[in-house]
Amino acid sequence: MSQSGIGGGAATRGEICAVAAAEAFRGNGEILASCFGTAPAVGARLAKLTFEPDLLMTDGVCTVVDNPAPVSGPAEPAVVEAWLPFRTIFDHLWNGNRHVVMAASQIDRYGNHNFACIGPHAKPKAQLLGMRGAPGNSISHTTSYWVAAQTKSVFVDQVDIVSGVGYDRAAKLGKASTRGHDVRFVISNLAVYDFQTPDHRMRLKSVHPGVSVDEVVANTSFELVIEGKVPETRQPTDEELRLIREKIDPKGFLNKEVPNPA
Amino acid sequence: MNKRTTEREAVAELRDGMTIGIGGWGSRRKPMSIVREILRSSVKDLTVVTYGGPDVGLLCNAGKIKRLVYGFVSLDSIPLEPHFRKARQAGAIQAAELDEGMLQWGLLAASHRLPFLPTRAGLGSDVLAINPDIKLVRSPYADGEELVAMPALELDVAFIHMNRGDVRGNGQYLGPDPYFDDMFCRAAKRRFMSVEKIVETSAMANEGPLQTRIINRTMVDGVIEAPGGAHFTECPPDYGRDEKFQSAYAATAKDDAAWQEFKKTYLDLENEAEYQKAVGKR
Repeated sequence: MSQSGIGGGAATRGEICAVAAAEAFRGNGEILASCFGTAPAVGARLAKLTFEPDLLMTDGVCTVVDNPAPVSGPAEPAVVEAWLPFRTIFDHLWNGNRHVVMAASQIDRYGNHNFACIGPHAKPKAQLLGMRGAPGNSISHTTSYWVAAQTKSVFVDQVDIVSGVGYDRAAKLGKASTRGHDVRFVISNLAVYDFQTPDHRMRLKSVHPGVSVDEVVANTSFELVIEGKVPETRQPTDEELRLIREKIDPKGFLNKEVPNPA
Repeated sequence: MNKRTTEREAVAELRDGMTIGIGGWGSRRKPMSIVREILRSSVKDLTVVTYGGPDVGLLCNAGKIKRLVYGFVSLDSIPLEPHFRKARQAGAIQAAELDEGMLQWGLLAASHRLPFLPTRAGLGSDVLAINPDIKLVRSPYADGEELVAMPALELDVAFIHMNRGDVRGNGQYLGPDPYFDDMFCRAAKRRFMSVEKIVETSAMANEGPLQTRIINRTMVDGVIEAPGGAHFTECPPDYGRDEKFQSAYAATAKDDAAWQEFKKTYLDLENEAEYQKAVGKR
């Protein structure tokens, strides 16, 4: 475990989340990494700068860039690797060569995801982002989810509407249709989860330093798979903290997205 | 051949209940001068097919949309279009919400004159539950896979905005992304293209590389010269998004008095020239 002196002390909760997000990309190699939310965006950049140098990232518009900008905005001219306009995005992602981390407004035990709306779709109580690319993403390539503030109303028994497809629904579709389906991780401000269980129910993979299993359970509406003593999410190394604080997130956006617990 | 026309003449072709497609993407290169003319018209009950931006918010507010076919409605720097949100939460429109890729597939099917195109996008999600008219199709080959049969999104009229064009209907985008504008044109019976500037055909080669010339004259029935016509969406390299204006527009979703003032200042005007004058006065 590292307690860095850089930037004045130990890793914040936001930085722990960013490192957990970086770990989500470990072993991915030469694929497109797409992120929504600050912690995943910091995490993907961190992975690319350290243990996954072959990741592809876009500028958020239509080019693949070899030097993704800090989350606060560009610090140097982009080094463009390729052109990826919107019309080719679906070619790319339906081909399977992508790992996306999408924000989740609701998620259930099988990884069914909602960021479309709350309440009945015909007249929602809250219109959220809509379906966007979630149905096609989740059926085509590796998908993980990010929850910046985990509560029982996010980790729910049943999502109001399914935008990203979970394991129980995928199981009904058959092998050919779900060859690309792979809901890999859920990362929240409290913990990291995966679906490495016989029936693909969500498993508590690690709790962030300073978070108890009880706190996780108290903020989850469904029963999590909890096996033995749950490990702690790893701490950033000194070099990772330096990269986050000096290069990737110099304005500390992470700590606004995930306030450090008092 | 000269296909030069005006926003007014183009919009005069619309009839109540028509299905129209609007090019661009989010708050990017939208044919806003045409949208503003639709707001001035009496047409209603439209089905609108689009990668939505402020075009959708404005048309919702004016009560022009009966049914919206979309993957998202966003202002980019503001992730959710606030006037669209308001219309949705009031149950004011029929929402045919699709996966973004399904929308492209529907436009491509229509532009190829096919009844549908197969895709896995949508399988297992509630896109199929909220769009019960979308059916599945089984592969006739050995795999026998069941796929979404995304129906063709056939349009009565398409509107797009390009950076340059000639009077014959050849068009050129000079920004980073063509979006789906060519598909909108091929999916539609009548096609109108507004452009920042009409130039001689021979001069288009000086404006940008060959690959920017994605619209040919078989795809366009009318050309409208509309400098600033995409305002307040972006139209690079001619101009960026007017973020200040967009923020003010977005804020009116939560303040009816501000909306009335916005409407009076920028929408209840005689024509596009008056709009551009009002924008210039700020």
